[in-house]
Amino acid sequence: MTTVTDEPDVTDVPEDLLDADGARIESTSKLGVFATLRRGIQISPEITRGIWLTLGLASLAAAGRVVVPLAVQQTIDVGILADAGPDAGRVALLAVLAAGALVLAGLCAALVNVRLFRAAEAGLATLRVKAFRHVHDLSTLTQNTERRGALVSRVTSDVDTVSLFVQWGGIMLLVSALQIVVATGLMLVYSPILTAVVWVSFIPMFLVIRYGQKYVNRAYTLVRERVGAMLGAVSESVVGAETVRAYGVSERTGRRIGGAVEATRSAQARSQVLVAATFSSGVLIANLVLAVVVVVGTLLGVGGGLTAGQLVAFLFLVQLFTGPVQMATEILNELQNAVAGWRRVIAIIDTPVQVAEKPDAVTQERGPAHVTLRDVRFSYPNGPEVLHGVTLDLPPRTKVAVVGQTGSGKTTIAKLVTRLMDPTAGAVELDGVDLRDLAFASLRKRVVLVPQEGFLFDGTVLDNAAYGLRVPAGSTAEPEAEPAETSPETRAAVERAFVELGLSDWVADLPDGLDTEVGQRGESLSAGERQLVAIARAYLAQPDLLVLDEATSAVDPATEVRIARALDSLTAGRSTITIAHRLSTAEASDLVVVVDQGHVAEVGPHDDLAVAGGIYARMHASWVAQTR
Amino acid sequence: MALAGSRVGRSLALMWRGMRSHPGIYALAVGASAIFGALTVGVSRAVGWATDSVVVPAIAGDEVARDRVWLGGLVLAAVALTLALSVAGRRIWAGFGVVRIQADHRTALTRQYLRLPASWHRAHPAGQLLNHTTSDTEAATGVFNPLPFALGVVVMIGVSVVMLFMIDPWLAIAALAIIPVTVAVNAIYQRHMSPAVTRAQRLRGDVADAAHESFEAALLVKSLGTEDREESRFDDRTQELRAANVRVGIVRSLFDPVIQTLPAVGTLLVLGIGTWRISTGDVDAGDIVTAAYLLTMMTVPVQAFGWVLGELPRALVGYERIAQVVDSTGALAYGDARLSRTPGQPGLAVRLEGVGVDVPALSGAQQRSITLLDGVDVGVEPGTTVAVVGTTGSGKTTLVSLLARLSDPTRGHVLLDGVDARTLVDGEIPDQVAFVTQTTFVFEDTVRGNVTLADEGAPGAPSDAEVWDALRLARLEDTVRAMAGGLDAPLGERGANLSGGQRQRLAIARALVRGPRLLVLDDATSAVDPRVEQEILRGLADRADERAAGAAEPGSAAGAGDHSPGTTVIMVAYRMSSVTLADRVVHVDGGRVVDTGTHDELMARDPGYRELATAYEVETERREQERADAAAAGALDDELEEVAR
Ligand SMILES: Nc1ncnc2c1ncn2[C@@H]1O[C@H](COP(=O)(O)OP(=O)(O)OP(=O)(O)O)[C@@H](O)[C@H]1O
Ligand SMILES: Nc1ncnc2c1ncn2[C@@H]1O[C@H](COP(=O)(O)OP(=O)(O)OP(=O)(O)O)[C@@H](O)[C@H]1O
Ligand SMILES: [Mg+2]
Ligand SMILES: [Mg+2]
Repeated sequence: MTTVTDEPDVTDVPEDLLDADGARIESTSKLGVFATLRRGIQISPEITRGIWLTLGLASLAAAGRVVVPLAVQQTIDVGILADAGPDAGRVALLAVLAAGALVLAGLCAALVNVRLFRAAEAGLATLRVKAFRHVHDLSTLTQNTERRGALVSRVTSDVDTVSLFVQWGGIMLLVSALQIVVATGLMLVYSPILTAVVWVSFIPMFLVIRYGQKYVNRAYTLVRERVGAMLGAVSESVVGAETVRAYGVSERTGRRIGGAVEATRSAQARSQVLVAATFSSGVLIANLVLAVVVVVGTLLGVGGGLTAGQLVAFLFLVQLFTGPVQMATEILNELQNAVAGWRRVIAIIDTPVQVAEKPDAVTQERGPAHVTLRDVRFSYPNGPEVLHGVTLDLPPRTKVAVVGQTGSGKTTIAKLVTRLMDPTAGAVELDGVDLRDLAFASLRKRVVLVPQEGFLFDGTVLDNAAYGLRVPAGSTAEPEAEPAETSPETRAAVERAFVELGLSDWVADLPDGLDTEVGQRGESLSAGERQLVAIARAYLAQPDLLVLDEATSAVDPATEVRIARALDSLTAGRSTITIAHRLSTAEASDLVVVVDQGHVAEVGPHDDLAVAGGIYARMHASWVAQTR
Repeated sequence: MALAGSRVGRSLALMWRGMRSHPGIYALAVGASAIFGALTVGVSRAVGWATDSVVVPAIAGDEVARDRVWLGGLVLAAVALTLALSVAGRRIWAGFGVVRIQADHRTALTRQYLRLPASWHRAHPAGQLLNHTTSDTEAATGVFNPLPFALGVVVMIGVSVVMLFMIDPWLAIAALAIIPVTVAVNAIYQRHMSPAVTRAQRLRGDVADAAHESFEAALLVKSLGTEDREESRFDDRTQELRAANVRVGIVRSLFDPVIQTLPAVGTLLVLGIGTWRISTGDVDAGDIVTAAYLLTMMTVPVQAFGWVLGELPRALVGYERIAQVVDSTGALAYGDARLSRTPGQPGLAVRLEGVGVDVPALSGAQQRSITLLDGVDVGVEPGTTVAVVGTTGSGKTTLVSLLARLSDPTRGHVLLDGVDARTLVDGEIPDQVAFVTQTTFVFEDTVRGNVTLADEGAPGAPSDAEVWDALRLARLEDTVRAMAGGLDAPLGERGANLSGGQRQRLAIARALVRGPRLLVLDDATSAVDPRVEQEILRGLADRADERAAGAAEPGSAAGAGDHSPGTTVIMVAYRMSSVTLADRVVHVDGGRVVDTGTHDELMARDPGYRELATAYEVETERREQERADAAAAGALDDELEEVAR
């Protein structure tokens, strides 16, 4: 609970919190490889679920694969090269035993794969959802620091990048390590000297890997960044397709995207070269080791320390050793790829939430909203101040009209009142409580903004309007239940809303009424129609304070007037703040606020201001002259 | 681009096309892989040789053999080096091939996105389109990673089979027995995998779509506080994808171990048969060692084929999803007619003849079409200003967007200077017509880039002076001057760092800088204060006059450049001030032109128009009346109260 003594500090908080340029979504987190793995597992603990059993099974599977070379060696030594000539019975027995082991190993491998897929996919799903959620938790300004398309890549292709390693790499790395240990053990049995020779021969390779990984990591990170940039460019060209076409700049847009595609390709190619170089240096050393073993082994054999059969067996064991070592280089490369993707997702999750809820945030009762702005100042990150000490008192149950020139700061005020942003200095209060002390659940229930750029989801008019009902999704209803918005009550509520807003004729004229599909971003509706749906949506949300930021700017005058009237009677007893360039809204309001270059220039009822000879009087006179 | 035929046929075609598109790279990759294959066999031969003629005799005490140990080591080392080089070559070129084919797919896709009309985009979520360029592209090309390897080592399998035959036909047959088994296992695998992968790829698209849409809606989500709801929506799709991926994983989990086990089974068979052949005296122990080694070596190539087979279903699905986009039709076709363009020429003459527009309905079971416009006949004289007025959703945008040929009418003709718009060459319309859309779109670019929409210094790109000129006309000059960087100031994605009105003005400047012969403003001043709107429109008229005057003087050609005077202006507008500036007004309702004439004419004879034009006035009067009534009622109440006392 906030105590009274805390109050004076409140206004100072944001200045301390906000660094010069606000919170940005970094292109990649700065965590090291191990820290990334740790953080990744911390975010999606499912990944390591049942890991020990899986590892056990995986070791069995790997052991099964060793059976064949062993059986081969045994068959050759004991069965074929037997002193008494080839022993068919023995060979058959060994072969059957080996086949049994193979089948068992195969089963284990299948089981391991299934377990890994389950765990990995569960972990990745969690990672996706957490990152997605965090994007929505970030403040509007932070969200704007990254392209939409690139944000999508963070919850899709960046996560997918992690999947290969998580599904297969992690466990294989452990199994490979185990195999290396076992193979070393077996080799030791045959010949400690040769084993030492093998290990020493591999030292240069370990160095190469250690050194190379850094570059591989950088290359993969570059790939992820370029894929993100490419998606940003594609997303822009798709959403802005109409403008691109209208100005005949497809060629240039295509070239720009082509540039992003090419940049991605060259980064990918670079990473391929590095990966191939690391991997093939592993191959080189693995095979050189073979040569070394042949030479040293023969010399040893000549000295009587080794039989020919033992040397052949040892050669097989060397393969058993080099196989997992090469596999490990492959996996380490894949690890770098995964880390590159992971870091980008983690960068999202670890971006600080700037407009955050306090742990001791208060919940308010619903009721008429009283908004106060106390000497509010605001500057956008890296920008000049755009509000220079705005003080306003908007009593409950008032219809407030905010007017002013383009760029004067009206939308900025609207966003501060709805706490999409926090003021740089000063405070915005709702019923005497600083918005920063209010729980979001409470604030969003009470205050709703209809933004300047409305957005409709791909769906029906009904779905979109019902979105305003804010039926808590995934509440107690079981997943099979019908989505909340299509329930008959919801439909009735939406129908009623359109009737009350005087829009029932419009709905009736739509091809499928409320079930008309609005298309991507609502583009199958006209711009004015989209605004009608957005208003119905906000109206259905039944807030105590409705903030309309040019919500009817594309609606024809007759309809606008009708809606304004309807809203007036419907929201009687509640507060509205309406931003509009059409002064009809101001005429109908209780209080007019004139914003001029970041200052509140005039406040008062329309009738007073219209004759006061100030800015508003001039604006209104020209408006009157224009409308008739 | 789509593939036809049986699954095997389509798979082969897919791989063939991919390799054919980059023959050089694939020749190198497959070649390197073949060398690798040969060398792997070489290693086994060398090891066999070393065992037989160096190691065993040397250990047995053969002096000559002992001296050859170093030679043996050298041979093995040389083979190792070449082997490593071939691995590097194969991986690098195979990797290059994959990323090139990916780039090809991406280019083809994104070009197509730019070509396809708005109607197509309305039905295809942006998130899905993004997903085509990532996940589907990766799926479609996944098979090309192991492919060169598999193809190269066909040689290796071939060579080792031949060698096996040379050692002993029975051994070879034992080894080959696994091939029919592989084919059978693969057939089962493909049958289960295809539907599973199809579903998974579709769901990947859905997840991307959910994310993209939700992020585009971020402001709405925040202002309604529906984060939980969005999260659960996204979670639903993610969980579906998870389940589908697990299903894919399970099929794969069963397939992979089987394929991996098969070569080992072959080896065991060979050992068994080998023992029998030794007992019959047809082969000796060294042969068995070589044969066994050959088979262990073959594990890798057989696995490579396993990977190819394992990736194929996903590749087919990804490819087909891409092909669907690339094969989509509906892009506008162009003719070869041109419009003349000489300095001092008046605006464009516009005629719409019997124009109608139908669109297919998005919803509803059966194929229906909705008529958006019908029987529209409008003529606009060059250099005049026409206002299009109508209620919300009456068809104004549909109508004016035909002029910029954003789409073609279903019926009738759009004539620009008497030429059917459909017959004009590509680029001619944007060259002469500037269309300011109702919802402005700002690119993530500098102010200059957003105004010129051209690369700096590109031929024909407007000069900075012209950009400033346009910004001044659009009343954005001061704002831009105040920005750090001026024309080079970067604008955020979708112009996030501008106010709504500033974005609109930017869009207007973008149109003006082109000096178009036809300017179409689709309610482009809704977020601009009325006074500024007036200034912009006036400025436009003034400039037209200036240009006309300038064009008359022969010496002034320099400044006037390619701007043409007397621009024809067609604007959708609600403000009567703007409407009264127009020479003529076209009143649209319900997709038809109700009436055309001057403002005064329409006021006199068109009741629908009158209602629109006087809505505010009437409302003001009504409100004043109500206030007066309320005041009177209040007064009456007071009186009554007084009386009551
Ligand atoms: N995200 C942002 N980053 C930086 N500057 C911004 C941002 N948003 C707005 N601005 C600037 O802040 C000033 C006020 O913008 P605001 O959107 O509040 O204006 P407005 O009064 O709503 O104008 P309009 O009538 O055009 O919508 C403008 O100069 C604008 O360029
Ligand atoms: N692709 C489409 N599919 C189905 N209906 C459409 C499509 N595009 C537009 N419409 C419908 O056609 C009608 C006319 O739309 P249009 O955008 O031309 O209206 P407008 O006159 O520009 O309206 P506003 O003043 O709101 O911008 C609207 O009812 C709209 O719902
Ligand atoms: Mg605004
Ligand atoms: Mg429109």
